[in-house]
Amino acid sequence: MSEPLLEVRGLKTWFDTAGGPIRAVEGVDLSIARGETFALLGESGCGKSMTALSIMRLLPAAGRVVAGEVRLGARNLLALPEMAMRGVRGRQLAMIFQEPQSSLNPVLSVGTQIAETLRRRGKGSHERRVLDLLDAVGIPDPPRRAREYPHQLSGGMKQRVMIAIALAGEPELLIADEPTTALDVTIQAQVLALLRDLQRRTGMALLLITHDLGVVAEMADRVAVMYAGHVVEQAPATAFFAQPAHPYSRKLFASLPNLGKRATRLAVIRGSVPSLAHEFKACRFEARCDYAWSACRETLPRWLEHEPGRRVRCHLYDPAQAGESLTDRDFVGDTGKPMAGTEPIPVRGSLLQVDNLKVHFPIHAGLFKRVVGHVRAVDGVSLAIPPGRTLALVGESGCGKTTVGKGILQLLRPSAGSVQYAGEELTRLGGRALRRRRKELQIIFQDPYSSMNPRMMIGDILEEGMIAQRIGRTRAARLERVAALLAQVGLDADVMRRYPHEFSGGQRQRICIARALAVDPKLIICDEPTSALDVSVQAQILNLLQELQQRLGLSYLFITHNLAVVEYLAHEVAVMYLGRVVEQGTVEEVLHAPRHPYTRALLSAVPTVDPQSKREIIRLAGDLPSPANPPAGCHFHPRCPQAMPQCREGYPGATHFSTTHSARCYLYGDGAYAQDAENGAYAATEKTERHVIRSR
Amino acid sequence: MIAYIIRRTLYAVPILIGVNLLTFFLFFVVNSPDDMARMHLGMKRVTPAAVEQWKHAHGYDQPLLWNAAAGGAAKLTDTIFYAKSVRLFMFDFGRSDEGRDIGYDIRQRMWPSLAIAIPTLLIGLLVNITFAMLIAFFRGTAFDLAAVVLCVMMMSVSTLFYIIGGQFLIGKIFDLVPISGYLPGIEAWKFLILPVAVGIVSGIGMGTRWYRTIFLEELGKDYIRTARAKGLSERLVLFRHALRNALVPILTGIVAVLPLLFMGSLLLESFFGIPGLGSYTIDAINSQDFAIVRAMVFLGSALYIIGLLLTDISYTVVDPRVRLR
Repeated sequence: MSEPLLEVRGLKTWFDTAGGPIRAVEGVDLSIARGETFALLGESGCGKSMTALSIMRLLPAAGRVVAGEVRLGARNLLALPEMAMRGVRGRQLAMIFQEPQSSLNPVLSVGTQIAETLRRRGKGSHERRVLDLLDAVGIPDPPRRAREYPHQLSGGMKQRVMIAIALAGEPELLIADEPTTALDVTIQAQVLALLRDLQRRTGMALLLITHDLGVVAEMADRVAVMYAGHVVEQAPATAFFAQPAHPYSRKLFASLPNLGKRATRLAVIRGSVPSLAHEFKACRFEARCDYAWSACRETLPRWLEHEPGRRVRCHLYDPAQAGESLTDRDFVGDTGKPMAGTEPIPVRGSLLQVDNLKVHFPIHAGLFKRVVGHVRAVDGVSLAIPPGRTLALVGESGCGKTTVGKGILQLLRPSAGSVQYAGEELTRLGGRALRRRRKELQIIFQDPYSSMNPRMMIGDILEEGMIAQRIGRTRAARLERVAALLAQVGLDADVMRRYPHEFSGGQRQRICIARALAVDPKLIICDEPTSALDVSVQAQILNLLQELQQRLGLSYLFITHNLAVVEYLAHEVAVMYLGRVVEQGTVEEVLHAPRHPYTRALLSAVPTVDPQSKREIIRLAGDLPSPANPPAGCHFHPRCPQAMPQCREGYPGATHFSTTHSARCYLYGDGAYAQDAENGAYAATEKTERHVIRSR
Repeated sequence: MIAYIIRRTLYAVPILIGVNLLTFFLFFVVNSPDDMARMHLGMKRVTPAAVEQWKHAHGYDQPLLWNAAAGGAAKLTDTIFYAKSVRLFMFDFGRSDEGRDIGYDIRQRMWPSLAIAIPTLLIGLLVNITFAMLIAFFRGTAFDLAAVVLCVMMMSVSTLFYIIGGQFLIGKIFDLVPISGYLPGIEAWKFLILPVAVGIVSGIGMGTRWYRTIFLEELGKDYIRTARAKGLSERLVLFRHALRNALVPILTGIVAVLPLLFMGSLLLESFFGIPGLGSYTIDAINSQDFAIVRAMVFLGSALYIIGLLLTDISYTVVDPRVRLR
């Protein structure tokens, strides 16, 4: 390798708190060559963002670099005066952040914010260059966009603007801190492709910070894995994905859900990340490692170059630690253990039957706020969930999937359609009758941090629903049940007297699950229950949900954008686009023989951890249109790579490929009868559906 | 935008009717015309005949809401409510119990009030923002801590202290300006400069501390980190990025009180003997002249509603994200 562009040596960053320093970064060594993509991989709190902010010297006020050096060429950035550092930022080093929403100044126009970086290089008009930059990051109509403000742009567009700002200084190294985590998969694919393309054109290096193994596989030349403040493994990407060396890296792979692991338990990393408030004398992964032995508890593992170009910090690879070596042991653990009683529950009838559900929100305008239109958040969705099965509702943000969940629960009153639970029409229930039915249908929300009342103790949170539904006559009986529920989700009974803020994200989600179970529901709507969690914690929650389904015969409506989770957990899938289901069927049918172009694009956009799979990414142009003003005809046609003239005419009807698999696309049916009349669309196509049995 | 303003103006109508009814109830039902007459006449001269005479002279001898004795439309119009309250909607304030034209008084006395209120507001805003930015720049240091402690001390001390202290120090010891009083015309500045200075100083504690909080909140936001990552100087980060955003809550907070400046300052005007609307109100309260008090309460409500509307409009000017529909 030639002279490195950036070299980090022994970097230590501490955070001062009232209880002493938190050692967020404890001796990180990295070197990044010109033009390469270096991925820094790790779960939340491992110190990867703090490493990046230390390099940029943009740490928050409480943080400080206590040791180490950051060399950019001949200069040690940590020793530069602030004035000189400003010359480095934005010119040699640029950075983009996770939340494009909040990272742009809301009161300055996009053009101004890009020009700011240019203005440092000299006075005069930079208009031409601003437009060039916007064009380079693939923003259509740059002259108009340059005058707009950030709130007028979609999330993907904002991240493109962030990239344009970073590019303006023609940096040698771009630090991208979780650049696509806040974006949808199809938009993520666009942004990743853009970064790769820009890198090829400008020759800049990329330090990519991410928790997503798929993104790393897609992008990186080399990988470093961080755990609890230091790098535990560093390797070329191909070698890393072929065989990760450190036990922690292996666990990360094992905890990824996918089809192959269906009906088996996902690997979990037991325990939790150790507190970073003290200094480590031994391996920091030791307490959670399946291979740890005495040496791991006594000495700090050193950097070992176990293969050329690969380094790992683990005693397993240390010949000095005699008697133990990796070859003697197999990677076991509880990975891949089959679940108890995995035979599918026989399907009889459906527990929940949703027909032509519509949830429209009125748009008011004018002097007297008359209704001038509707946002068709959900526009004719039909679903059925049999008892004991899981239906996954998949789609990108803004497609209406959460609104479907709320419409089913009558948390939002549907504008039209029917929701039948066990034969009873929920849309006609009100008041007391509806409240009694709430016992049967529960919901778990995406964010376990904000979905519990911070001033209530866990015991009270769990008991509240029981009191409302008159479960358990006495307080003693209820508390006994609370303890049993907590045991069921793997928590001790003594957490009852504690408050939500005392728990980690995964523990909180367990409490939320216990809260839902408290009233003995038959159906749980899981609204993105794992998307706020790290992969290893996600594995624990998915295991728990699987187990509960087996044990209690629960049905799930699993609302998610994560297709790997769908593959692992769901029986059936419905794919939503702009308020309508475009394709539905069993998991095998939809994920392995997708018919609708949108499903195909969605599947192709998901980064996979197998770098060998050179699949073609179907790139969708543009963003999700507004549901207030959906495109005429098939809502997907402006972005569809296979759009035909007739797609502009009307919304296609359902074409059935098997008794379970159907899609709404003109590619498979002539759709001549599927006139998209305002309300009659679904009814009309029901009559004219053609059964095309899929042949392999 | 136009539709929004019209709609909001229409909303104001029921609010003003409600305010009017409430003040009428407070002033005439709780405190009946007979009571008013007795208070004005004083304890010695109270005879039933004198009360009747006073009531007749001031127009309080009509029924409150419904004149059964009168005919036709006069059943409604020959009442105290019609005579004293309904006319407020036309901003016709009538005559005070002393017989003076209230509308004329208000037009005369608003100018001295504004002459104090506007400089106090503008210079105070400039001073507070400057101090707040200075403290925010040194955030987390001993200077920050000392400044916050000083602010809390300054806001804990009563305004009366600043008034009397100012009069004593500037007026008496240094003999720079008159202690109180007022002259119309160009000479007025001599009498205005001290109350304005006192008004600014007494507001520094509260204002600076509040603006400091706003600045610190903005400085902690992600877009500030982006601005730093661009390599911008601290000056640009503070002025172009933080200040622009911090001004949104500051300016809109100011706009809400802008119309109320007409009402003048009760304390400053009465202590410095400025013939503004503040001292007008205080004098009316002292002399139990309810016609004036009622007029000022109604005027205050109307101005407050205008203030809230202006606030919403000012949001669209300073914040590109807000559009009124």
